Amino acid sequence: MERSTGMNRRKFNTALATTGALAALSPFGIVRAQGAKLKVGVLLPRSGYLGFIGQSCQKGADLAPGVIKTLLGVDIELMNADTESNIDTARTRAERLIQEGAHVLVGAFDSGQSTAIAQVAEQRGVPYVVNIAAAPQITEQGYKFVFRNFPTAPDLVRNGLNNIGALFQATNVVPRSAVFMYVNDTFGLAMSKGINAFLPRLTNLPFKITESVPYDPAAKDLTVEVSKAKAANADFLLLVCRLQDSIILRREMVKQRWNPMGVISPGSPGMYEEQFAKVLGKYAEYCISNAPWYNPKTNMTKIVDAAFKKQNPGEKFVFHATNVAYTYESILIAADAYKRARSTDARALADAIRQTNITDRVALGGPIKFNAKGQVEGNLSACVQNLGGTPKVVLPADAAEAKPVFPWPGYKA
Amino acid sequence: MAVDLVVNVALAGVLTGLVYGLMALGLSVIFGVVRVVNFAHGEMMTVAMYTAVGLFTAFKLDPFLSVIPVAAAFFVLGYLLQTGLINPFITRPEHSQFMLLVAIAIIVVNGLLMAFGPDARNVQVDYQLESWAAGPILFDKARVYAAGVAILASGALFAFFRYTRTGKAIRACADNYLGAKVVGLDVKHYYALTFGLGSACVAVAGCMLILLVDVTPSLGPSYTLLAFVIVIVGGLGSMGGALLGGVLIGLSEAMAGLFIQPSAKSMFSFALLILVLLFRPQGLMGRRP
Repeated sequence: MERSTGMNRRKFNTALATTGALAALSPFGIVRAQGAKLKVGVLLPRSGYLGFIGQSCQKGADLAPGVIKTLLGVDIELMNADTESNIDTARTRAERLIQEGAHVLVGAFDSGQSTAIAQVAEQRGVPYVVNIAAAPQITEQGYKFVFRNFPTAPDLVRNGLNNIGALFQATNVVPRSAVFMYVNDTFGLAMSKGINAFLPRLTNLPFKITESVPYDPAAKDLTVEVSKAKAANADFLLLVCRLQDSIILRREMVKQRWNPMGVISPGSPGMYEEQFAKVLGKYAEYCISNAPWYNPKTNMTKIVDAAFKKQNPGEKFVFHATNVAYTYESILIAADAYKRARSTDARALADAIRQTNITDRVALGGPIKFNAKGQVEGNLSACVQNLGGTPKVVLPADAAEAKPVFPWPGYKA
Repeated sequence: MAVDLVVNVALAGVLTGLVYGLMALGLSVIFGVVRVVNFAHGEMMTVAMYTAVGLFTAFKLDPFLSVIPVAAAFFVLGYLLQTGLINPFITRPEHSQFMLLVAIAIIVVNGLLMAFGPDARNVQVDYQLESWAAGPILFDKARVYAAGVAILASGALFAFFRYTRTGKAIRACADNYLGAKVVGLDVKHYYALTFGLGSACVAVAGCMLILLVDVTPSLGPSYTLLAFVIVIVGGLGSMGGALLGGVLIGLSEAMAGLFIQPSAKSMFSFALLILVLLFRPQGLMGRRP
């Protein structure tokens, strides 16, 4: 009888022992990682009152694997989860993604949800890169696994108020009073705190806030809030909003025939989104947002823009640019760290993220470098005004695509 | 605080409250006759709002015109729902009825999510952003029209129950189930008619509310809750009470938003609910059991 050349008990035992030894000795799972995919858990509010913006952010996540594979040669598997604009759902989805094997989490657009995810990530020791969320406390807790490439609320306010000062100078207008309306969620309250702290210190700003009106971002009707704000008889409306509420609010302004000098956001989403322009048409015109924006001149922007157009034919990048830029960059940060760490081990990934230095960016600002708290400093805001149906950069002057219009045409004191 | 500000806010509260009242009227009528609490009430209104949006998008049909076909369709839908699904549960324990209607509500919300996604939708008619001015007092056109339709629809329903033979027969079924059967009334048919009428009411309210509020699939549960607050304040089963409750809730929310804090609006309506439950548990216009 011919002797078998296949696997016998002795060969099997030897192979098993060798595999076991290799697995035990491999530092930080290097062997496991090579040739494997980086599993990125993407948590976004794709439904609920933040659904539109969540879906806009998702476009940035969807194009990331293809672009990053070409640029870094890293394979990424996205594990998408809808937080339903709900903090508790965000927490449970984060738990589930970790259980299902996510190596890193990104998201979640909203400060409240991001705070909840950060707690889960820290407890479970899984790196979490915040794409968009401004509440400062997210990176003030001493967390070791939480990172953020987005301005904090004080940074947003500081950038925004500086831009507003520049806007008044550029248009040679001196408003004396503002009514401040803001969403009463985690983000809105952080922004309100920032404005109340910074505004009195900025002597170059000529106006005072005469009335503050907080409101529910999920409100279905803002009649009372707008009536109150209108009654303040202020020169302009300083607004910290989300998308859906900004539409309802602008409509209510028209109904109540309230025509201030303008509506200016010191740093919030909403008024530069596509849906705002689509639903409101001419009433969306001239609204001003000072928002973290994208840099149209970088190589990375050109690559991402091309990928966006390929993936979303018929849609304009400019309406999604901020959401896409910061979501894409959060995944890029994870992929770049994975490439350097050569491991999916959480600690190795977190250590590598801490060493990040990405200079070619989509978002406006300096290089992506995390400070000791896990926060990127130097992300900048642009002053963007809705002109001719699209948001256009009007300040800073060197990046401007159009001249600012303030006050609104037809304004009567 | 300026008087015109108070008047403007109160006016908006009363007008919106009338539409809320019409919505709650459907719930009250169904409970008053069939003795089933419709926990899918807000979700049904959301479906009506989507239907109005669909008709506007497809045929540019103004929601005021779409009231008629949508109400008719909802009448038929309500009739069939009562005949096919709810009638078998009439004699079952209340928790079974509760579970049935909650299940329907969940199916509706998820069905809408699958069909339309989470995005907010609305109609855009010419007069939607317009208002009439009487000095400093502004009358929001869409709100005035919507409140007018709510009053007309409520009046028609009152007249139907008071003056028509069918309306009287339905009231007989509500007052004395056994007696109605003894005199030969087809009680289950009248129950189905009532559910159809309640559904038609909610359809009219939905068509009007789409002029004031954007619709999303998740809108339903909050309106179901609102309808409950209104009918409990007004008196469960009382038609006049539903309208009064709607106006009171609309007005109190508006005033709370103005004098206390806009974000305290809902808190105030729930405080009103607790007061009513404490001092007049049958509601302002409800009958003592």
